[in-house]
Amino acid sequence: MSVKFPKTVSIIAGGRIIDPASGIDAVGDVYLKGGVIDKIELKKKALKTTAEMDAERSIADARGLIVAPGFIDVHVHLREPGREDEETIESGARAAAAGGFTSVCCMPNTDPPIDDQETVQFVIDQARDAACRVYPIGAITQGQRGEFLTEIGDMVAAGAVGISEDGKSVASAEVQRRAMEYVRMFDIPVISHCEDAALANNGVMNEGTVSTLLGMSGQPGAAEEIMVARDIQLAAFTGARLHIAHVSTAGSVKLIKRGKRDGVRVTGEAAPHHFSLIDRMIAESFNSNLRVNPPLRTEKDRKAVIAALADGTLDCIATDHAPHSVEEKDNEFDKAPPGMVGLETALGLVGKVLVVGGFLGWPRAIELLSTNPAKIVKVPGGTLAEGAPADITVFNPDEEWTVAPEKFFSLSHNSPFAGWSLTGRVKMTICRGKVTHIDE
Amino acid sequence: MRLLIWTYNGTSQAKTRKTMGTTVKAKDGAPRKARRAAQLSSRHLLGLEGMPAEDIQLILETAVPFKEILERPIKKVPPLRGMTVVNLFYEPSTRTRISFELAEKRLSADVVSFTTSSSSVQKGETLKDTIKNIEAMKTDVVVIRHSFPGAAHYLTTCCSSIVINAGDGAHEHPTQGLLDIYTLWEKFGSLKGRTILIVGDIAHSRVARSNIFGLVTLGATVRVCGPPTLIPVDVDKLGVEVFYDLDQALAGVDAINVLRIQKERQSGALLPSLREYTLLFGLNRERLRRAGPDVVVMHPGPMNRGVEITPEVADGPQSVILSQVTNGLAVRMAVLYLLCGGGKKVNRR
Repeated sequence: MSVKFPKTVSIIAGGRIIDPASGIDAVGDVYLKGGVIDKIELKKKALKTTAEMDAERSIADARGLIVAPGFIDVHVHLREPGREDEETIESGARAAAAGGFTSVCCMPNTDPPIDDQETVQFVIDQARDAACRVYPIGAITQGQRGEFLTEIGDMVAAGAVGISEDGKSVASAEVQRRAMEYVRMFDIPVISHCEDAALANNGVMNEGTVSTLLGMSGQPGAAEEIMVARDIQLAAFTGARLHIAHVSTAGSVKLIKRGKRDGVRVTGEAAPHHFSLIDRMIAESFNSNLRVNPPLRTEKDRKAVIAALADGTLDCIATDHAPHSVEEKDNEFDKAPPGMVGLETALGLVGKVLVVGGFLGWPRAIELLSTNPAKIVKVPGGTLAEGAPADITVFNPDEEWTVAPEKFFSLSHNSPFAGWSLTGRVKMTICRGKVTHIDE
Repeated sequence: MRLLIWTYNGTSQAKTRKTMGTTVKAKDGAPRKARRAAQLSSRHLLGLEGMPAEDIQLILETAVPFKEILERPIKKVPPLRGMTVVNLFYEPSTRTRISFELAEKRLSADVVSFTTSSSSVQKGETLKDTIKNIEAMKTDVVVIRHSFPGAAHYLTTCCSSIVINAGDGAHEHPTQGLLDIYTLWEKFGSLKGRTILIVGDIAHSRVARSNIFGLVTLGATVRVCGPPTLIPVDVDKLGVEVFYDLDQALAGVDAINVLRIQKERQSGALLPSLREYTLLFGLNRERLRRAGPDVVVMHPGPMNRGVEITPEVADGPQSVILSQVTNGLAVRMAVLYLLCGGGKKVNRR
């Protein structure tokens, strides 16, 4: 079917509206007004004729498409300030909109790091006209050095929605404990990148059969799991809200499941590459775009992560979008920095691997991409309820498309999915009632 | 086969030779032709993992006449004449580099050697830019030694030369694996059913990996032995048997490949001390006596005498350590010869 989207939208008509937060999964029309959702009318019998549509250009024909609350990515790297050649807040937000995201949380490993009120304010100012909402995550310690707490209250006042040491764990359990105690007064999550640095020992891939085959330095899954276990114990002890970033091993999944059962306030995210790729693929090509931290794990781990996304052990999907320049990535595997871009391939991977793979349906996928992340970082959106902000993603769940990184809106193209055929494509993204992306 | 022409033309002693699995009869003055094409299935030599047994066999058999050439007063033959080989050594090396240089020169190639200490790598030039610039000077073959696994594979994606891996990190060192296999093949003939023990730092050894891949392909039983800190996880999945007790590992073996133990290993919690390593895993006369008088002792060098191997074993009658070095030259000549067009017309760009 041909889809015509107007530049401004007042009605999204005839789509399958899925809003897990309000329990809606039905065909209908979404009415927008003044940047919020005015009302939803279900089971309208038919859309207006084409002529009428032409006359009233603010109706989007969403027949055959899914209309969902805008996606929210709690884990991206926008590289500004510091590496504006790799990504800027503007380009990253544009890539986010193209991927169906209406909100992203940007991690603090910039240069300088987001570790004070001023830098948080800088990010928010830079994002003022961006194509999606951008929420900074502040560092846990000053300069990410693991020693002294940042002025967390000051950063929260300026708009930070969480804290994370990002890219590493706070090595000292004492410092981590104090951070978790301290944030209780703000009700923000402590987001934990779990990696015991000594045990990971700068390994460039997962330690296992494949690292043995390739003679590559490996980091064991235990390096992640030890920190997951530590931080869950600390969350139980301090009562803090803990969010585990990019869960990649079966062992971490088990620990989170147990933590939840014990009543610990812990949530977890998985990155699309961890449910789509495994370490074995490195042996086929030595493609440095497959280098990422935490590393691609085994098929057993991948299956465990998928099962955890389906059964509720993991709460959301976050891309860990990590742009890197060509000159940095086009190198020997060991020399290339870890990370891959992910905003523009996330939905297609969810569709291809999780939905077409038969592990979960679109309602659960939308919970993972929108409903739950909104709750974790407590930001507006994540629902199509009346009066909610008009942050909406319209996508074709069945459209197959081929990944061409050179067409990305991101300034960086470091994707291992180049040439992959994915299922599910974003057709239109609306943020604050404004159209931020149209697939043409 | 041009190789056979250089080998046998003008030499009166060779009348009948078995080579490439084909009997070629010498007729006075007439060029000989082998009956089957002598070609490797791959354009590059990146590793022994996945290399078909036929390719390994072809290299072994091709190395035989080259080894003979090394015994001649004039040790030079023309098949790589007009071709340029670059030796790109990003890591220190004595044996491998000299061996490659000599192999190239004996095949009449023009040879350029490059070490990182005296090059633009010091100025921050990437591997890709380095190779692109060298290739712009119209080179044909690149031999690369690098500290990162996959560096040779990476090179094949950014240049059009024939690439030979001379060691990439702890991944592979295929010509070392081939020369070790050649040395065993020379001793035993077929390796099927033979038991080869590799002792030492398996985790950080490219020599171990190439040996394992090649020997397993040829049907040998491969054992590895060392402290668990130096045995990589899941190494049994590569088709080897794992031992932590050297005396048990030695029982019934045909050959032992003793790996160099790097002194740095005792600083990183991998080994308590070299002294304890020597006590547990050092190959000495007594252990070798128990293993048997026909057991062949190999070492890829450089040796730490008194650490992983005692001098009397290294220099003793069961040691083939210096033959390995000679064989290395013949095997590298064979590899270069076959990759550069072997038997066929030499492929000039």
